[in-house]
Amino acid sequence: MSLWEFANPVKFMALSGKVLPWVIGLCAVTLIPGMIWGFFFTPEAANFGNSVKIIYIHVPSAMMAINIWVMMLVTSLIWIVRRHHVSVRASKAAALIGVTMTVIALITGAIWGQPMWGTYWAWDPRLTSFLILFLFYLGYMALWAAIDNPDTAADLTSVLCIVGSVFAVLSRYAVNFWNQGLHQGASLSLDKEEHVSNVYYQPLLLCIAGFILLFVALVLIRTRTELRLVRLHRLDVRERMKDA
Amino acid sequence: MIALLVRDLRLAMRAGGGFGLGLAFFLIVSTLVPFGVGPEAAILSRIAPGILWVGALLACLLSLDRIFQLDFEDGSLDLLATAPIPMEGIVAVKALAHWLVTGLPLTLAAPVLGTLMNLESPGHYWIFITLLIGTPALSMIGAFGAALTVGLKRGGLLLSLLVLPLYIPTLIFGAEAATRGTAGLSASTPLLMMAGITAGSIALLPFAAAAALRVNLR
Amino acid sequence: MELRVENLTVARGGVPVLEGLDFTLSPGQVLILRGPNGSGKTTLLRTLAGLQPPLTGSVSADPEQITYGAHADGLKATLSVEENLRFWASVHGISDIAPAVDGFNLRGLLERPSANLSAGQKRRLGLARLLVTGRPIWLLDEPTVSLDAASVALFADAVRAHVAGGGSALIATHIDLGLQAETLDVGPFKADVNRPRGDTHRDAYADFDEAFS
Repeated sequence: MSLWEFANPVKFMALSGKVLPWVIGLCAVTLIPGMIWGFFFTPEAANFGNSVKIIYIHVPSAMMAINIWVMMLVTSLIWIVRRHHVSVRASKAAALIGVTMTVIALITGAIWGQPMWGTYWAWDPRLTSFLILFLFYLGYMALWAAIDNPDTAADLTSVLCIVGSVFAVLSRYAVNFWNQGLHQGASLSLDKEEHVSNVYYQPLLLCIAGFILLFVALVLIRTRTELRLVRLHRLDVRERMKDA
Repeated sequence: MIALLVRDLRLAMRAGGGFGLGLAFFLIVSTLVPFGVGPEAAILSRIAPGILWVGALLACLLSLDRIFQLDFEDGSLDLLATAPIPMEGIVAVKALAHWLVTGLPLTLAAPVLGTLMNLESPGHYWIFITLLIGTPALSMIGAFGAALTVGLKRGGLLLSLLVLPLYIPTLIFGAEAATRGTAGLSASTPLLMMAGITAGSIALLPFAAAAALRVNLR
Repeated sequence: MELRVENLTVARGGVPVLEGLDFTLSPGQVLILRGPNGSGKTTLLRTLAGLQPPLTGSVSADPEQITYGAHADGLKATLSVEENLRFWASVHGISDIAPAVDGFNLRGLLERPSANLSAGQKRRLGLARLLVTGRPIWLLDEPTVSLDAASVALFADAVRAHVAGGGSALIATHIDLGLQAETLDVGPFKADVNRPRGDTHRDAYADFDEAFS
């Protein structure tokens, strides 16, 4: 049995319908305890007080914001090469979740930045990169929204996603170059988080796992909706062709 | 291909071709900025390279939707697609025509406009050289965006939304190189990075744009 | 150069409009395409011209042998008649535009900007383009729209000369051109969008129907 068989809408709808309740359940048993543990059962950090606890939302959402774009790149490539409908619909579904994660990461970052740096926003390379990522998500979604024909939209957005990915990576390097070491931005880096004491690290891992499961659940739900939308569009076009 | 280039240049020069509009826009932006930030020479000369770059970029953006839209509307694009020129060649020629009509005049005008902004003396040279290397990338990336949106009614705003994020790396390296050069620092790293982006865009984007055009003609 | 169409299904917006088309267009042949508005004639011509992919089946002809005459003439309003014609000639590597100019009686209009032409004159210029492509297979979509009787006769003469020289033409039209031609009525090939398709005719969305049935 090949993995590609799940790219068939029939198989996908059947399987995703069965898997979905389990994913949602698993998500609930990781995310909820993870958050509670993180928010209420970790000590306050010496210099930062309670504000440090926002990492339980900030770090997972920021990770997902990037990972979701990578997933979109892969699913777009699959559509271009093999033309599997589920793949490109999953890409569209993921974009909506990805942009939400990006906004959450930006907002929680700003809220955390205020007590940490004394400012909501700084043109730090990492922050700037997320803002740029947000713009890329917006463009991708706007192109989907602008095109009526689902196949045309799928082709064009996939091309945009692939080209956009190259330019997103270039932007990351450009931004690093543009504002190198002028800010204490690196103090927020993930590497640092991995060095924080286990007290904070263990609930963080749980939260990250929870966010991944949350994404899987949401993307399955949204992809199912997208497939239904394609079906609707298809029936609609057919009905109108009949009248002609 | 040469015939197509000649035709596009001729169309641009004729009435309604839009030649000079980008240039006029660039002039206006460069005039408005001092009104916004104040006439202080020190501030103006410090921000001049950046403002000139952003102004050139916006002026470039202004005429992007004309690259394919007019040919799409009057049916020429269908006929060109069946002509013995590869679609990639059509994209490359159209981007070149756009650069000759928009990017090159902007590059030539920028040092002059720099004077309006109290640009220091090596700055004229640097703004010219960075725009000369960077504007072809702007035209090529813009042609890609135009190819994506050619089938859409009122695609202009969407085109800006798609193209501006793609312009970010070129803008950063271009403006950085101009700023560093003006300040007398070594500008070779950003200059080389920008040249890399330009070369890569010219080499690869015609294929992506041609694919998008084929989808839009279906 | 022969244009052979086998078991062709063409689609508009992903929905099949004509299916099971089988025909051959041989050198020296004129085929008139008939069918009511919206029956898929334009879609068929665009598919044959290689502008869109067929849903199923095959078209055996080198796209480099085909020229497509669309509804729109692809004229630039600010260029003169001669400039417009010379452009298409040089795109196709042809330097002599005199036969096209004389064939469509454009001699007196050469200097005039295309913007100042009447609809019929524009159409004549659009048709003259066919002669500067040097391609043997013409696919024409309603070529006689806005032409007067004399111009229709000019066009018919041009088609006659073209097929006499070994070319061929597939023309979608509603009027009688007075040509020696066979007729292909697309009516019987209208695709049934609701017919369940076997594997040979499986269209891209068949899976979707199955997924929700």
